[in-house]
Amino acid sequence: MTQQEHLDPNKKLDIEHILENLENYHPHRKGWTWREVPPEGVDMGPFHYRNMSRPLKNSIGLPASKYFDHIDPQPSCVVTTEIASGRFEDDIRRMRMAAWHGADHLMVIRTTGQSHIDGLMEGTPEGVGGVPITRKQIRASRKACDLIEEEVGRPINFHSYVSGVAGPEVAVLFAEEGINGAHQDPQYNVLYRNVNMYRSFVDAAEAKKVMNGARIFQIDGAHNANATAKAGWLVMPELMVQHGINCAFSVAVGMSKDLIGLSTVPPDAPPAPKLWFDLPYAVALRDFFSDFKMRAQQNTRYIEADIEEAIRTHTIDTLISMLTSADIQSTITPDEGRNVPWHYNNIRGVQTVKQTWAALDGIKELVELKKDGPMGDMVRDLKERAVAFLEEVIETGGYFAAVEQGFFVDSAKYPERNGDGIVRDGKGGVGVDTIVPRDPDYFAPVCDHFGNNRIPAGLSKPCDAIDGCTLCKPEKIVYIDELDPEDSCNKRLEETYPYRKGGKIKPEAEWAGDGVILTQFFVPLPEDYARVYGIEMAKKLGLVDPEVVNLQVMHPAEGCFIEVKGKVGFDIDLSTLKVPEKEILLDEDILREAVKKIGLKVVAATVGEDEHSVGLREILDIKHGGIEKYGVKYHYLGTSVPVSKLVDAAIETGSHAILISTIISHNDIHKAQMKKLADLCVERGIRENIILIAGGTQVNREMAKETGLDATFGRGTKGIHVVDAMVKILQSRGVL
Amino acid sequence: MSDDRIKKFEERQKELHALSDEELKERFWQLCNQVVDPIVDLAKTHTSPSIERSVLLRMGIDSITAHGVVDRVREAGLLGKGAGHVVLKVAQKTGLDIRGAASAILDDKDILTGLF
Repeated sequence: MTQQEHLDPNKKLDIEHILENLENYHPHRKGWTWREVPPEGVDMGPFHYRNMSRPLKNSIGLPASKYFDHIDPQPSCVVTTEIASGRFEDDIRRMRMAAWHGADHLMVIRTTGQSHIDGLMEGTPEGVGGVPITRKQIRASRKACDLIEEEVGRPINFHSYVSGVAGPEVAVLFAEEGINGAHQDPQYNVLYRNVNMYRSFVDAAEAKKVMNGARIFQIDGAHNANATAKAGWLVMPELMVQHGINCAFSVAVGMSKDLIGLSTVPPDAPPAPKLWFDLPYAVALRDFFSDFKMRAQQNTRYIEADIEEAIRTHTIDTLISMLTSADIQSTITPDEGRNVPWHYNNIRGVQTVKQTWAALDGIKELVELKKDGPMGDMVRDLKERAVAFLEEVIETGGYFAAVEQGFFVDSAKYPERNGDGIVRDGKGGVGVDTIVPRDPDYFAPVCDHFGNNRIPAGLSKPCDAIDGCTLCKPEKIVYIDELDPEDSCNKRLEETYPYRKGGKIKPEAEWAGDGVILTQFFVPLPEDYARVYGIEMAKKLGLVDPEVVNLQVMHPAEGCFIEVKGKVGFDIDLSTLKVPEKEILLDEDILREAVKKIGLKVVAATVGEDEHSVGLREILDIKHGGIEKYGVKYHYLGTSVPVSKLVDAAIETGSHAILISTIISHNDIHKAQMKKLADLCVERGIRENIILIAGGTQVNREMAKETGLDATFGRGTKGIHVVDAMVKILQSRGVL
Repeated sequence: MSDDRIKKFEERQKELHALSDEELKERFWQLCNQVVDPIVDLAKTHTSPSIERSVLLRMGIDSITAHGVVDRVREAGLLGKGAGHVVLKVAQKTGLDIRGAASAILDDKDILTGLF
């Protein structure tokens, strides 16, 4: 067997291996999985968490986690990220990155227009704004997910869409191939995809029954009204109705309630007073839909080009989830408003949830929602409007009549109407006149089939008539590899080979070798000029196809912050990259012994007109693991100390070394101070007998040579690095 | 019209005001069920090309053949019998297996004549 059985964290996902032997691959398991949440809480590092799931086997924590023993607390809810590069072979690498940061619900967006394709697609053609969902694409992705979930130590829910005019077929495909979650909402087809309303609901019943059989978790499509209506915050009563119709319909066709989720979005975004709309709505929903699951989405309606603005709104969205409840917390890639999301922005979205969740862990034990004040009235008002909406639907002649009269996605608050609702005609839409009444002897010899089915007498289940269906006997599934070899992953993989395995390097945003990078800068020009300048500058930098993706006016005349993307036009050969060898530190015991033997003494200070002290104290003090911990004696002279005073002190105390800290770096003052130290020691005739070391945030290891010091250190330096350097220098001078 | 609707809403709201939170919730679900009941009946008693193709997939027929077979069955006016049912009948009539019967429907235009 040549398949990859386990992933090695230090090796890339091998796409060619994933594609091998796919025709015989079946998913390891089926159905949705929730996270394991210990009721007693989770202890991690110095903390006790109240509302967290079990940590991962392999993961990458938030940047600040290095200050907290590298802990990576995982929220109690499932965390979603949406992936839509248009090429599954690039999607699966992104899935692995997202899983390492805590996503366990990976949602794959379909290619534009697939919902109008009357049948299944096959092979691996390239998509636009998503991937063509096919058996091969799912099987390869599911196989990758099976490996990734083993690597991170938590099941991954793989998700796609059962919508459009091929819903039942897509549902069967998903059930056969181990998809764990899917969007399914017949209203979505009708309102947003103009699928004929009768066809959409008849198909949906079958699709839901199939999904239920494979325990595929269902998410509805009501949130799209938020994204479509001009004033998303006013359509809340209608949203409750849409959720209610899909839930009631799903239960009526046999779906288990624990598989039914509401896709709900806090409909507002700052500068609106978000909480006054979004919180009562969240509470009202959770009251009415207490039997169902909540998939809390983040707002997209008011997100445009600015990533930081999106992240701030999404933080508040997550707060609302935590103040109410969320079984699944979805994330929106913060660049969604300006481009098809990039790899690292999926990670940023997941980090927003992880960071908020950790910060607000157990918030409900500390604060309580005040339900008897204005919120109680607002909650009640929303509920009454939703009920009145339903009464009017029934009075109008039912759901189909209501859609024909534009009841839905009107941007006014019910019962007001703006007249901009989406109107659909029962005698129109994609797939009109395609449903057919079932004859009395109608028969479908398969499992998980919905509706009238005259099963011949003597059969215990319908598929006994054909000796088992694919849901009972997966070996009966027919695997089609490719229909068009020219538009397939094999062709694309040939093209990207140099960037995946051939030693050629280019940055990437979405696809292997796409070369896309982003530049960010301030330019002292008004908006119109700034845009033009951005493009010109990028061209001069050699970027191909430059495009301004974000611009914010800092002041109408003083200038703008601007972000320009473009493609790097050249490759760099991996073999030409010379990575500096990592300094191998001496053993701690050897260091201690050497320090003791020579009685190592140093003087230390922050030099120049510089009042920073924290960095140097961390290098010195025992409690921060500083040089004191290894037995080094030090004289700390304080901040803003002249270099000459340090040299005097070193001579006076008979110190072996002078340690200086220099943070301020305007006009290279830090380098000037370092050179001055070296020069002064030469002048005083002690240079050969003293060790000179400098450190600071703008200092790096390479600066020692140009400034004439013995060693220089930048960010992230610990006491042991400094002791190690001093001992090695003393050894090389033959003193030790 | 619009004024009537608003007036009617206000009357409804007044009635709903009298309900407790629990009663309001019950009313919501009762109305939702009332809205979906006729649609569920429609779904029970009707089928569609996609449903029938999904049945053929479950019978172990590939997606491309399933598409062609459902088109033929529809043209022959037999979709109301169930496409799977039709394939099963052809299999029984010809002695072919399920996949063979599906191919036969694509190859032989007359095979569906007089099947039921």
